[in-house]
Amino acid sequence: MNAAVIEHRGLRRPDAFTQAQLDWVPWLRPKATGDLTEDDYAALTDRSRVASPYFRLLVRDPVVLGARTRADNDIFYNVNAGLPRTERELVAAAASRSNGCVYCASVHSRLAARLSDRRQDVQRLLDEGIGAAQDPRWTAVVDAAAALTATPPRFGPVHVSALRAQGFDDQAIVDVVQSAAFFAWANRLMLSLGEPAVPEAG
Amino acid sequence: MADLIDALVGITPGSRLDDLRSRRPVARSDAQATYDGLVAAPADLERAGALERAAIAWWVAALSGADGLAEHHADLLGALDPAVLAALVAALPAAVTRGPYGSYPAGPLSVEDEAGPRWLAPDELRAVAGERLAAALEHAHLLTYHPRDADPGALRALLDAGWSVDGIVTISQLVAFTHFQLRVVAGLAVLKES
Repeated sequence: MNAAVIEHRGLRRPDAFTQAQLDWVPWLRPKATGDLTEDDYAALTDRSRVASPYFRLLVRDPVVLGARTRADNDIFYNVNAGLPRTERELVAAAASRSNGCVYCASVHSRLAARLSDRRQDVQRLLDEGIGAAQDPRWTAVVDAAAALTATPPRFGPVHVSALRAQGFDDQAIVDVVQSAAFFAWANRLMLSLGEPAVPEAG
Repeated sequence: MADLIDALVGITPGSRLDDLRSRRPVARSDAQATYDGLVAAPADLERAGALERAAIAWWVAALSGADGLAEHHADLLGALDPAVLAALVAALPAAVTRGPYGSYPAGPLSVEDEAGPRWLAPDELRAVAGERLAAALEHAHLLTYHPRDADPGALRALLDAGWSVDGIVTISQLVAFTHFQLRVVAGLAVLKES
């Protein structure tokens, strides 16, 4: 039972990138809520994450989940200088669009649209991809994110120059690098341990 | 333990990059903590052994052209089992490609489907590495280059090869984290010279 792959027959799968709220269902059994230890709760960092099958699956390696989550929070939410929150979410959305992670792209495009109040620009990124027309500032950010997402990464001096030309300082460029790198991590987990689903209406 | 990302980028105390990294102190310390938990000092060697962890980490770095990181892992792996390192080095040229490619579920996104290889471990590598590690290396190749092709069947292959559910979570984290690590190194190295 424990060691079986979970098939979700009849799942309503999204067939396009979207800013709408999606669910994520796991292909392996998450740890049962009743089996969580104090170490597990510490690794989850935020008790509300107990409700998430994704985090209860990752908590099967609590040391790694805890470190991952603390790094995540510092990269995306530490606003001591550097890249504005909006562009960090834009990087996450662009990396996810490039890798093809429909679930991750939905979460972070929604955040980028909310923070920027530029829903249509974000939707163009989802609809047309990382080559979609954007203003020069977002183009520099999206290009850098896509270059970092490629394997092997093709991020180079030209991306640094383009970001600096748009007024981003080196602290902001560190944030671009770490935000994109973090989604090379997150996209692979989300894509390989489960899949997105369209929530039931109501 | 010394900070591996700093060492690979060549960041020295008091330098410009040291100052920039110090403003994201938790990202810095917990990137290292993740590496320690996955490769340098894992607590549980039953779910994934030291040799398996070093081999997977080397494979992902080498497939991704992350030379410094691959060299670091080659030292680890070579000390544990030089025959496995030699077999992986021999298998590398035929496995290297570029990503991300892959397919979407049939529908409007299918126009973006991009074909690419699904790598299978050659017999010579399977003979030296064993079925369990070979299955993990195949999965690492999938996640490295075409993660959107991942499906339940890929996880079934890991279970069939002897991986536990806990072990699959750990090696998935190892592959995915190594992609983070090698990009932070690559990005900071460019910034350091710019």
